[in-house]
Amino acid sequence: MMTELMNDHWQDWQKKIEFVYAKILKSKNVLKDLDVAFIEGAIASEKDFARVREIRANSKYVVAIGACAVDGMPAAQRNTFDKRTMKEIEVVLARFKHREKVVPVKDVIKVDDSVPGCPMQEPVFLDVLAKYLKLFGVE
Amino acid sequence: MHQFDITMENLSKIEGHTDLDICVRNNKVKHVHLKISENKRFYTQAIRGKPAVNAPHLMCRICGTCSIAHLLCCIQAVENALGVEPSPQTVLLRKLAMYGLYIRDHALHCYMFSLPDVVGKDSILEFDETNKKEHDLIHDCFDVKAAGNALCTLVAGKAVHAPYPGVGGFTRIPAEDEIKPVIAKLLGVRNAVLNLIEIFMPEKFDFTRETQYVCLTNPDFNFYTGDHICTSKHVCIPLEKYGKYLEHHVMPYSQASGYKFKGQTYLVGALARVNLNEAYLHPSTRKDAKKALELFPSKNVFYNNLAQVIEMLHAIDASVELLKNTKFKPEQPIKVLPKAGKGVGVVEAPRGTLYYLVEVGKDGKVTHGDIVVPTGQNQINIEQDIKVLVEKHLGWPKEKLQAEIEKLIRAYDPCMSCAAHFLKLNWI
Repeated sequence: MMTELMNDHWQDWQKKIEFVYAKILKSKNVLKDLDVAFIEGAIASEKDFARVREIRANSKYVVAIGACAVDGMPAAQRNTFDKRTMKEIEVVLARFKHREKVVPVKDVIKVDDSVPGCPMQEPVFLDVLAKYLKLFGVE
Repeated sequence: MHQFDITMENLSKIEGHTDLDICVRNNKVKHVHLKISENKRFYTQAIRGKPAVNAPHLMCRICGTCSIAHLLCCIQAVENALGVEPSPQTVLLRKLAMYGLYIRDHALHCYMFSLPDVVGKDSILEFDETNKKEHDLIHDCFDVKAAGNALCTLVAGKAVHAPYPGVGGFTRIPAEDEIKPVIAKLLGVRNAVLNLIEIFMPEKFDFTRETQYVCLTNPDFNFYTGDHICTSKHVCIPLEKYGKYLEHHVMPYSQASGYKFKGQTYLVGALARVNLNEAYLHPSTRKDAKKALELFPSKNVFYNNLAQVIEMLHAIDASVELLKNTKFKPEQPIKVLPKAGKGVGVVEAPRGTLYYLVEVGKDGKVTHGDIVVPTGQNQINIEQDIKVLVEKHLGWPKEKLQAEIEKLIRAYDPCMSCAAHFLKLNWI
């Protein structure tokens, strides 16, 4: 979604925003001293668990974007599987160190703002972004 | 004697997350492991017990990028399972939605992921706005993507997780006054796409290895219909027989599955399609991309980028023709009744052939689902390419070799989110 929002907003953002860590856009990324981290995706594995804690420790503010990050769904659909289905998938859960339940980001770290929706609701995202630009004195 | 290991974590400028391990001993690559690290989300388990008519709008959540391909492929499978025959207008609207998806999705890959390699920069964010050529490219990137999105929005309601398409038809038909502005947008970016063809045409990067190419074939190079899956080795199979030819391979280190076609690795995607179906491209595309098309059929993996740009041009030409010559009439989706059945859906997603199998019980609920995605089909081919690449350049500094490997993987335009969505049952 982010790369699609850039179609309309790149001209404005390039003057105001420095993309410090964005693997989809560049290879040189350092996870340090972020003003605002936007996180998408639910927390499913031990790796995710450690990763969001690392992001939190290196960011002044954290915003969860999209339904998976905000509510855990649909990524968390396995939480409701019956015993037989869980038995079917247990080998994968163990092999890739999945946690018992898939949870939204806010269950693991403090989240300052949320942009719900699948895909995330564009007007809400733009409002949240404007809030942080103002907070950091970027007008 | 070369002996080293390469570990690359979370490769950049691709869709989703993947790591790579390479082990070299005595001048030979012992193994290449493309470790797709996206978490499985068990969609094929999750649709069981849900009404089949609702399945497509859940399954398209597998991937934001190629959501429309999942949506339409799942719809096709459910319709085949329930014995629903969509109207000609519905099929035409689905073709248009796929063209819109292709324009946006290929533009994302070609401009934002691959173009920086060609220009010698790390990122499109580093393009210099004061340099006319780079300024124009960055603006073309966003304009072309926006034109693709406008076409998707016109016919499907949204570019990502589109609301209008469903089992039996569309819940909204484009209004007459909405069509002209979209045609203007599509024609407005045609020159930008022609310019991009010129940029990807010189053989700046080259990697060739003998393999086979596989894709869906139809006489108008649309990405939604087709009766047969054909290969560069002159094998053609009916769609519903795909399970007999595609062999599933367990990759214990990856959250995705690999595939072979009758025991041999293969490549799916734009390169396969242009190699096999070039003659079916739109006449205007064939005329204006004539010089580029002389380079096909090609075995150079990096020409997958060029093939994608040619497909963007084709998607523009084909959709403009359809939009100009069609008078859309009001039409309600066909009423669907619960019924037991089994259906296959096959479409060409931007990254290659996408297969859905849906089985429905007599209560209209899904009893079983199976999906084969393009990146899974390319996974073994990518690993074998990397093996050859590394053995050819054992003496290169590690950093140079890593950059080359990453570039090669990127040329395939892999989508890790798609690759890791589901689970096959024959895990060890």
